[in-house]
Amino acid sequence: MIKVNEKDVAWVDGMTLATLRAQHKPDADITVYNGFPVVDDRPVTRGDRVCFIRRGEMPSAAEMRQLIVSRHSPAVYEAVCDRTVGIAGAGGLGSALAIALARLSVGRLIIADFDVVEPSNLNRQQYFCEQIGMLKVDAMKANLERINPYLDVTTVAERIDAGNIAAHFAAADVLAECFDNPESKSVFVETCLAELRKPVVAVSGIAGHADADKLVCREPMRNFHLIGDGVSAAQPGCGLMAPKVGIAAHMQAGKILELLLDLPPGAPQ
Amino acid sequence: MNLTVNGESRTFEQPLSVHQLLTELSLNEKRVVIELNEAIVDKDSYVDTLLSDGDSLEIIQFVPGG
Repeated sequence: MIKVNEKDVAWVDGMTLATLRAQHKPDADITVYNGFPVVDDRPVTRGDRVCFIRRGEMPSAAEMRQLIVSRHSPAVYEAVCDRTVGIAGAGGLGSALAIALARLSVGRLIIADFDVVEPSNLNRQQYFCEQIGMLKVDAMKANLERINPYLDVTTVAERIDAGNIAAHFAAADVLAECFDNPESKSVFVETCLAELRKPVVAVSGIAGHADADKLVCREPMRNFHLIGDGVSAAQPGCGLMAPKVGIAAHMQAGKILELLLDLPPGAPQ
Repeated sequence: MNLTVNGESRTFEQPLSVHQLLTELSLNEKRVVIELNEAIVDKDSYVDTLLSDGDSLEIIQFVPGG
């Protein structure tokens, strides 16, 4: 048996990519053979996975999954596809993190932010001019649907405080602190550690243009992962810009992926 | 009283609460997360939590930006 666009197909002697394409998708112009795009014809053997794509055509959920599985390896895909990540704040950090997690195929995202997209956000936040004035969570949900329409994105258009963190984020396996102001960062991390008792990946010290290579990830307390240089505060003359904010958000995504891979297999918590 | 704060040994003349320690260290209590002997201290308990000789604290203070 082999898989062609995620459907079982009986293997026969002499089968090649070209014969399969002629049979299953003659108008395809891209062939992905066991996770790698190939252009030449080659023999197909038992257990192979082949995906034929026609440029410009939307893949089905199963085809999309297979393409992501082959790129990420099955173990990584399985570790994230049924997991939930909570993202508190959809600004510079949260918007870039949400996109990275969607591209990783994390099954469910809970994204909370009360604010709307403003022109001054566009220097680093993953929104577009035509989204100015929209709630950030609505704009982000729309953007994520353009990347992968098969994910579950829950949005919370509310100000997050100590009183509603547990209610909104109890279902999350891992949490991401993506706020701008340090008081909110502090309340969120403290509540995640004390009440939810789940891993939280937070950020502190990412302003300015210099020393992007000084951003580090450490674990100062159990379940508390902290990214940044710890000191570069946003203030007049030291603004937030796409490079360091984007690096920190992607360091968060990397740490979250590690944490998800370390969770015991089985039902999501 | 001897305390270990973020891995460093510190000596204080008087007994202190968590709240007083933060003042002593010029830290903003609204911006920190504190672990005392590996347990998180709630913000509401900073005034009432008295420190003892030999206690170990981890204190993280956040800076703006996100």
